Amino acid sequence: MNPDGTAVGFFGRLSWESIPIFLAIQNPTTNEIIAASAGMIVLVGITVVVALITYFKWWGVLWSDWLTSADHKKIGIMYIVLALVMMARGVLEGAIMMAQHAFGLDGGFLAADHFAQLFSTHGTIMIFFVAMPLIAGVVNYMLPLQIGARDVSFPVMNQISLGLTAAGAALIMISLVVGEFSTGGWQGTPPYTGMAFNPGTGPDYWIWSVGIAGLGSTMTGINFAVTIYKERAPGMDLFRMPLFSWTVLCTAIIMIFAMPPLTVATATLALDRYLDFHFFTNDLGGNMMNYVNLFWLFGHPEVYLLILPAYGIFSELVSTFSAKRLYGYSSLVYATMVIAVLSFTVWLHHFFTMGQGANVNIAFGIASMCIAVPTGVKIYDWMATMYQGRIRLSVPMIYMTGFFMLFTVGGVTGVMLANPTISFQVHNTLFLVAHFHNVIIPGVVFALLASVNYWFPKAFGYRLNENWGRVSALLWVFGFAFTFLPLYAVGLMGMPRRSVTYTDPTFEPIIMVSLFGATLVVCGLGCVLAQLWVSYRDRDSTRVPVGDPWDGRTLEWSMSAPPPEYNFAIVPQVTDRDQFAVAKERGEAYPEPEPGAYEDIVLPKNTSIGMIFCIAATTLSLGMVWYIWWLALISVAVIPLALIARSFYLDTERVIPAAEIEKEHRQWLAEVKSTKAVTRDLEHNPMNRGLASLESVEGAS
Amino acid sequence: MRSIVTRKHSRSAVCLLLALCASSFLLLTGCSDLNNSFLDPKGPIAAAQKTHFISVTLYSMIAAGPVFILVPYILWRYRYKNKKAKYTPNWDFSGLLDSIMWGVPFLIIIVLSSQLWHSTKTLDPYLPLESDKPAVKVQVVGLDWKWLFIYPEYGVATVGELAFSADRPVSMVLTSDTVMQSFLISALAGQIYVMPGMQTKLHVKADEPGVFVGENTQFNGVGFPEQTFKAVAMTGDEFDQWVTKVRSEGVALNEATYKFLANRSTAEEVYKAIGSSSMPEQVTYFNKVPTSLYADVIARYHTGKAIPLNEQPGGALYMAKDASVATDPSAVNVPVRGVAP
Repeated sequence: MNPDGTAVGFFGRLSWESIPIFLAIQNPTTNEIIAASAGMIVLVGITVVVALITYFKWWGVLWSDWLTSADHKKIGIMYIVLALVMMARGVLEGAIMMAQHAFGLDGGFLAADHFAQLFSTHGTIMIFFVAMPLIAGVVNYMLPLQIGARDVSFPVMNQISLGLTAAGAALIMISLVVGEFSTGGWQGTPPYTGMAFNPGTGPDYWIWSVGIAGLGSTMTGINFAVTIYKERAPGMDLFRMPLFSWTVLCTAIIMIFAMPPLTVATATLALDRYLDFHFFTNDLGGNMMNYVNLFWLFGHPEVYLLILPAYGIFSELVSTFSAKRLYGYSSLVYATMVIAVLSFTVWLHHFFTMGQGANVNIAFGIASMCIAVPTGVKIYDWMATMYQGRIRLSVPMIYMTGFFMLFTVGGVTGVMLANPTISFQVHNTLFLVAHFHNVIIPGVVFALLASVNYWFPKAFGYRLNENWGRVSALLWVFGFAFTFLPLYAVGLMGMPRRSVTYTDPTFEPIIMVSLFGATLVVCGLGCVLAQLWVSYRDRDSTRVPVGDPWDGRTLEWSMSAPPPEYNFAIVPQVTDRDQFAVAKERGEAYPEPEPGAYEDIVLPKNTSIGMIFCIAATTLSLGMVWYIWWLALISVAVIPLALIARSFYLDTERVIPAAEIEKEHRQWLAEVKSTKAVTRDLEHNPMNRGLASLESVEGAS
Repeated sequence: MRSIVTRKHSRSAVCLLLALCASSFLLLTGCSDLNNSFLDPKGPIAAAQKTHFISVTLYSMIAAGPVFILVPYILWRYRYKNKKAKYTPNWDFSGLLDSIMWGVPFLIIIVLSSQLWHSTKTLDPYLPLESDKPAVKVQVVGLDWKWLFIYPEYGVATVGELAFSADRPVSMVLTSDTVMQSFLISALAGQIYVMPGMQTKLHVKADEPGVFVGENTQFNGVGFPEQTFKAVAMTGDEFDQWVTKVRSEGVALNEATYKFLANRSTAEEVYKAIGSSSMPEQVTYFNKVPTSLYADVIARYHTGKAIPLNEQPGGALYMAKDASVATDPSAVNVPVRGVAP
């Protein structure tokens, strides 16, 4: 039944009017045309991709090498591709909102409702379908390599996690073409998103897409944590793990504990909307404050879930590009753990203004400020790592410099916002918007872009183009600064967030600066794409088959690039923290194994269960959003049936014989021997084939 | 060649970043002549909030400042090409440095925490403000997309204007008859949420007569940007005259009028529909306000019975049923997309 009591038909509440393209034909205003073109871009994009794959006859390869693969490396790359596609949409949406603001004095070109959908999809996409999958992707690829493992603990569950994340992303894309998305922001706070106020499809799209992606993330967290606990190479104590792996452990723990409140929040909101429950309604004892608490009980740990791996990435970069051991390893580990624990004790600072007493606000305010201590320690530790190093300002280090300068500003404004006294004034204003972009972009996004530049040669066997990388890094850094630092000013001057227009002319010139910055960011994203294309074109001159292009320090650099599918031909015996750096110093980096050292390796076979989950979750959600009950029922039935069917299928592993491994490995060792080692000033020269020469320590005391 | 490019990039990048940071902080502390920011405070609470804001900024700079200075220095001094600089590849710990790294931020946080504690206690929005004159009592009802101000002592109410006497504090109790909203008069004090079936409190005071911008900062639909009002501080005499004027020229706030107000509409649309020329632009005056109106609004959600979707004020279906109540139905804003069932 529809909310107004009318019965639904075979296609539920779906009708021609649900499709923005038809609305635009009926009523061609700028606003409708923008909505329709967004839908068209999705349709055209899908058509082009499908046509290209068909033309090049890639369907078979795509299916057997990628979509059904349980290899953590391929799953990682698929996560990153998904994130980059979603990032293109998210960044463009941000730029459109900035443009609306720049011309929004008493008007602008967007209708309020469309603007509201933009900020809701922008936030949802950037958190759940850009930051999360980028992190899941990088971790998936690098974690097993760093700890000396052959795969994650649960490869099939890993595939299912990816499938569920992709289903959530697909739903948001479908909402551009059919129906409309929520206008309730990325938090979806009721009662605004309840049936009484928003009976349309928007909040349902949000609930299903976030809820399903959240389930995927919970499983990802379990997978990462178990992998770290159970799969480390012999000798790799927890305190010998690279710092990136440490931060992943903390992030995985946060995922396991922080995602369930989100699942509960979305599920109870769904019960309110579908089955007339009253968890968060105005009447019958419903209480919206419970939702706000539940959501931020997830939402605050979430931001640390995102930033901790970023800290891990920066720790790896700074040590490698300063050619120095990481300063204060134990300090950094403890700081990470302290942040992970504190992240669960501060959620209330997202709503100091809800009317609770001063004492409650004080407790949460002080807890929030305390996070500044371990975070500050980390920044100082990285500075001490650079101190008395040999710093190369390669692309990752440009991002890191931007991070140092900008993230510190974000940290200072964070300390301000931890004060209820200040929050009472700047909460819900653009000051807050500037703050969280200020920590998430220079923190998370810069780290991930840096990590792509850093680890790309490991994954694909050739280096990314350095010049395009530098241009894009600088565009991102300056684009960010120009876009968001001015927003602090308009926020302090009283401009609320999520407002499509404003009436104060003093805001206009400041927002024009922001629009300029947003243009730079869009160019920066364009340069990332150009960099990928140019690097692919020139790949023959930048190959690094030996696998160590940056004089790396940790285990992932000790194998060929790209790595063999079983990662380690022989699982290494770990004796030290910077295992690979120490091995290079001792001249034991590429040991010649004994003839009997190789053994058969068992790897999981391909399976289509992840794709089945992905498709079933998408159709289930679509059925629920549009009240097409038969579709939802069929989809719900498919999932347990697929699992049961899978349990009868015993032939799930395949064996790679020792002889084959030995042949491949010895071939690579021969290549290592025949390759000329290069010093760091030839890092970006075609001579860099991935073998680092030991730098003399002249100048050392 | 490559490293020269690198160095140039790094130097210009660092300079520009520093310039940006500096200019943004100038903006933070230096603006503005508007009457809608606590940086230009017009009341004691906002003034205290501004002082606290500046103090926190300065203390934080003790920890943040070294980063802005040392990072460019270290990057330059220990660049790869500078073989004269000391290189200690295996140095990775110093007890003294570590205790400074943990200790200094910790001390700053202790100082900031005590300030936080003190200011949060003293600036608690629930605390009545000290004054030798009695406070002006106002009951605030958040509606979609306007604020209704009820003056229980005078039996009057307004939409679009919060008038009060500048020599008396204002003591507000607030609720919502729709979704969650947030009430803010930045030049006077901080914001507080309003929620249906619940009551929050806010106390403000102005230093002297003046007009300040008030707004809702929590998104609540397409009319959200227009949910602003004027907070007008008057002299005592002016306020008395104002009360008399509202009493004599207001529209009676009976059940039918309230149902009309509870529709999705802006203050301007209300004014156009039922206001008169004797009222200021976009402001509507009401008299004969039932004494129990505010309590009834809160009680609506505590009857133990479900509120049908078409009887929820501000709801998507409410408008359809009750548009007939309006004296001028065409004034009711029908949203374009996304909210219609």
